[in-house]
Amino acid sequence: MNAALLIIFGFLAISLYLGIRARKGKDMNLEQWTVGGRGFGTIFVFLLMAGEIYTTFTFLGGSGWAYSKGGPTFYIIAYGALAYVLSYWLLPAIWRYAKEHKLVSQSDFFVSKYNSPYLGILVSLVGVAALIPYLVLQLQGLGIIVSEASYGSISRQAAIWIGTIAVTVYVMVSGIHGSAWTAMLKDIMILFVVVFLGLYLPYHYYGGIQPMFEAVEAAKPGFLALPESGMSPSWFISTVLLTVLGFYMWPHTFGSAYSAENERVFRKNAMIMPLYSLVLLFVFFVGFAAILQVPGLKGADGDLSLLRLSIQTFDPWFVGVIGAAGLLTAIVPGSMILMAAATLLAKNVYKVFAPQASDTQISKLAKYLVPVVALISLYFTFAGGSAIVALLLMGYSLVTQLFPALLFSLMKRNVVTKHGAAAGIVAGVATVAYITLSKTTVGSLFPFLPQAIQDLNVGIVALIVNVVVMMAVSLVMRNRTAVRDKNAHAA
Amino acid sequence: MKAIHLLALLPFIGILACIPLVNSVTPYVFGLPFLLFWIVMWVVLTSVIMAVVYKLDPANKEEDAQ
Repeated sequence: MNAALLIIFGFLAISLYLGIRARKGKDMNLEQWTVGGRGFGTIFVFLLMAGEIYTTFTFLGGSGWAYSKGGPTFYIIAYGALAYVLSYWLLPAIWRYAKEHKLVSQSDFFVSKYNSPYLGILVSLVGVAALIPYLVLQLQGLGIIVSEASYGSISRQAAIWIGTIAVTVYVMVSGIHGSAWTAMLKDIMILFVVVFLGLYLPYHYYGGIQPMFEAVEAAKPGFLALPESGMSPSWFISTVLLTVLGFYMWPHTFGSAYSAENERVFRKNAMIMPLYSLVLLFVFFVGFAAILQVPGLKGADGDLSLLRLSIQTFDPWFVGVIGAAGLLTAIVPGSMILMAAATLLAKNVYKVFAPQASDTQISKLAKYLVPVVALISLYFTFAGGSAIVALLLMGYSLVTQLFPALLFSLMKRNVVTKHGAAAGIVAGVATVAYITLSKTTVGSLFPFLPQAIQDLNVGIVALIVNVVVMMAVSLVMRNRTAVRDKNAHAA
Repeated sequence: MKAIHLLALLPFIGILACIPLVNSVTPYVFGLPFLLFWIVMWVVLTSVIMAVVYKLDPANKEEDAQ
């Protein structure tokens, strides 16, 4: 056993301990388990929300994008800041309504607003279809990080099993309290590791940040800006906008908004979060530093750039610290995803078909569904296959389809009916699926339009289809009810 | 439209609308390529703007009184 492995497992043990201990003194009903009894202050909510942003994707993917794509990577810090602006108004409105109606899941919100349990089932299924691939992504990342950081002495498969078992145990025991405590450990580590790497590596290899960028620019002119076509400025703008709309539509993010003790928590976070998101800048620096130091990583292997460069640079014990930080970036969001998916399935799907089930039974079922969801995700992680890859690509676009129905439900006079909301979501999801599977782009749909329009993120098309169908169906259903009311009066 | 809503629009203008105008590697500012510098500057400004919004927003004062 090498030093790196020892450190990684040491941190895993600490997080397991923190996660289990978090339960102490709490009566774990469903409200405690999923939304922490709505008692979390600014720091815990901050950590949970940040925890969902600093995932293995940001750790590996952020540096991987910088390594292989360059300038377009900057969209990651752009959408975060704008999403926080939106959150200043969006989250307090969601939180207030959720508290009044004692909601515990994202689907509850739609069920309550549109007065339709079946809409809740639809929203849950869309949510779970997006969550499971997202969890698979975290697990794959976990496998990569731990096996690379342990110098291959532990296989990806073994690492994934160990990480999944740990997270399943503490989620079942402590629910969101466990996630909050491990998030604390994770953010301290990630902050330390990422800032250190992002400064040390450019100075060590290039003598500074600007010399590093100049060296990259000399080797690959224009790589650090957006290209003329493809990931061009219009791609950037449309992608950032879509991502901002989808940002809080992930069931686990939406649900963690319920955990706040008051609505001011969100407004405070909206000021701090943009600054905090700049930590990602240092992740990008690592990826840029790797371009000339560990060249030749092609395609998805670009995600290895951070780890490969670290292994080449540091002693095993420090590689272990990096590996441990990476491990935590997988298990904190992983725990939130597991809990959100299990809650959706128990409360918003099972309960609709078994209305006689008591709250205690639903709460128990949700906990027992945690290992089930974990096993399903493990299956997809190991089996791989094209289905899961397609779902991964769709994840963000899928949850974004929930945004229009949510937005209208927050208005004083909602013109959208439950049928309209459901039809819009189905139409949007179907469009996303078609677009992803057929690899359609705006350019392939409208090859005669200017390049700037061809480069628009194709998710915009799905969102437009969604809104149009939602409005049309709402109008028809509203007229129909109006006519029926009229006839009832006449009779 | 209240002043705080207008303020909140600024980051969208800075980060989205201005992107085609600032899409360049040079000049370097604080060691960063210009496009990256521009975005980072706006992320910092977003924090500042949201702090001003927080101060101006009567909703936060009401809760203080409670």
